[in-house]
Amino acid sequence: MIELVVESRCVGCSACVEVCPTGVFDRAADGRPVLARVEDCQTCFMCELYCLADALYVAPDCENRVPVDEAAILASGLLGQYRRDSGWDEWEADPSKSNEHWRMEGVFARAARAPGGVGPGPARVE
Amino acid sequence: MTSLTADVLVIGGGLAGSWAAVAAARAGAAVILVEKGYCGTSGVTATAGPGHWWVPPDPDLRRAAIDRKLTPAAGLADPDWMARILDLTWTSLPTLEGHYRFSVDEAGRKQYRALRGPEYLRAMRRLALEAGATILDHHPALELLQHGDGSIAGARGLVRATGEDWTIRAGATVLATGGAGFRSHLLGAANNTGDGHLMAAEAGASISGMEFSTAHCIAPARTTMTRSMSYAFARYFDTDGCEVPIPPGPDNNREIAAALLKGPLFCSLERVPEDVRRLLPQIQPNFGLTFAREGVDPFTERFEVTLRGEGTIRGSGGLRIADADCGTDVPGLFAAGDTATRELVAGAVSGGGAINSSWALSSGQWAGRAAAERARRAGRRDAELARPIGQAGLRPLARPGGLDPREVERAAQAEVLPFDKIYFRQARTLAASADRLETLWRDTADHLVAMGSDRLRAREAAALVATARWVTHAAAGRTESRGMHYRTDLTGRDDRFAARQLVEGLDRVVTRYERPAAATARLEIAS
Repeated sequence: MIELVVESRCVGCSACVEVCPTGVFDRAADGRPVLARVEDCQTCFMCELYCLADALYVAPDCENRVPVDEAAILASGLLGQYRRDSGWDEWEADPSKSNEHWRMEGVFARAARAPGGVGPGPARVE
Repeated sequence: MTSLTADVLVIGGGLAGSWAAVAAARAGAAVILVEKGYCGTSGVTATAGPGHWWVPPDPDLRRAAIDRKLTPAAGLADPDWMARILDLTWTSLPTLEGHYRFSVDEAGRKQYRALRGPEYLRAMRRLALEAGATILDHHPALELLQHGDGSIAGARGLVRATGEDWTIRAGATVLATGGAGFRSHLLGAANNTGDGHLMAAEAGASISGMEFSTAHCIAPARTTMTRSMSYAFARYFDTDGCEVPIPPGPDNNREIAAALLKGPLFCSLERVPEDVRRLLPQIQPNFGLTFAREGVDPFTERFEVTLRGEGTIRGSGGLRIADADCGTDVPGLFAAGDTATRELVAGAVSGGGAINSSWALSSGQWAGRAAAERARRAGRRDAELARPIGQAGLRPLARPGGLDPREVERAAQAEVLPFDKIYFRQARTLAASADRLETLWRDTADHLVAMGSDRLRAREAAALVATARWVTHAAAGRTESRGMHYRTDLTGRDDRFAARQLVEGLDRVVTRYERPAAATARLEIAS
């Protein structure tokens, strides 16, 4: 569940308030998000993907709230990982972030051929 | 209160709903799409990476692809529908060019087949807006409106930010609210609570194939990260470090469930090849998020895993499709994507991501186009009287109050999420579940109600109870094992049941079998 809005990074664009599928945030008068309904967070990380300021941290635990240490998270480099690996925004032209999703089918096929694999056959393509 | 009118109302802005909005708007209709969350991030496609059923338009290749899928479909699919979705998928995906940046492989070929979810849904939103559709985010529908002649007149819902009502009158309505995932923590599925199934049933629609609802997906324990590709290389271990003999994926979830019923299960991904590890962030950018945050290297360290139920989402059941345009049994009401039964194209097994995505893309467009045509023919009829028809969770039959929607939800989950109840079905436990769900349904229909924005939660709870009840009745009614529906007390397939099974009714649930049509259809394609 989402555990942190880094106030020093947030620019008050309200993108997270807008894109959150489950209505976790309220919008404060200055546009900044307020964590109003954390228990409704579905841990989908979509808010992070749309946060240009990399100011949001969704903890991986979807079942229980967990304490977070803002300074440690800021130092970890984890903020913005999803947006960067997805090649969004400023990484759009970076060839090391190109969209290789289409290779999924080939990976399934290799797994099937690997020792202990299921052999050729229909794979679960997500 | 907001009152609007449109030619076509689309309820739900995931993959199927956005394709429906695009198709209806391109057909010249004034379209409003209402979405519970945000069109672009809501629904199970946005967080995933859907492939599509992608076969070039060569008659031999198409026939072979369909034949391969007819066997697992176990007599319940229809080759004509399968051919239709293959065709529409092939012509539709390239039209996303300009909104989605398709990758190019080493040979310079553009790869249309598999798209990343967030980018796909972002493109669909842009496409729908470009086609002229109006999108209302955070506007969940609560109930349908019905004319005196039984046809659907639009819907009523609420604005999440204010709790105020909206009413939209429309000449035709498309339900694209997704499947019912029972809030299992499946990635992206919290909004998929079966709302459309409940709304349609209140209007008199039949539902088909709800017994085909046993799919699960693996995830690291306590997370939602149901991105399963890497697990095709997985090995599994128990608490003592002994290897658990589980066949390699992807069709091994019953064995994983059996292991989880015995105790914690740990996974090793050490067999994932080095080059795949390096490319993983570019193939599935969200796969690594939970590991990085837990400080776990999934390729060298063992980690605990669980299964997340996919309910009817990766199942194949949903609203009965009554005609080639994805009309339901109710006039003026169309169904698309996971709201509809996918037995037509997948039969008794999951269509997986590929067939289900092709179905969402296709059924969305057919429903959208047909809804536009109906509205053009019959008009909006927005001056005529129409009645809101929602019941459970909105208009209690007895003394209102005293029920917490979250507790109602938990009670419904307890009948359809435990692995033993879903993967190892048997008459005795199904009957006990049906009894408990009957009581829960009575209580919900009699007492559950809420105010303002909380009405959404109450209505979702009612929909979860309703869909859990239909799943359970359907599982009890199919007294055999077929496809993904597995009965420990009736392990064989019984050809008397080679037909689709309907569940109908809210006050009283009845099940019945449709006449077996699939056998004839199979002969036609073979000739």
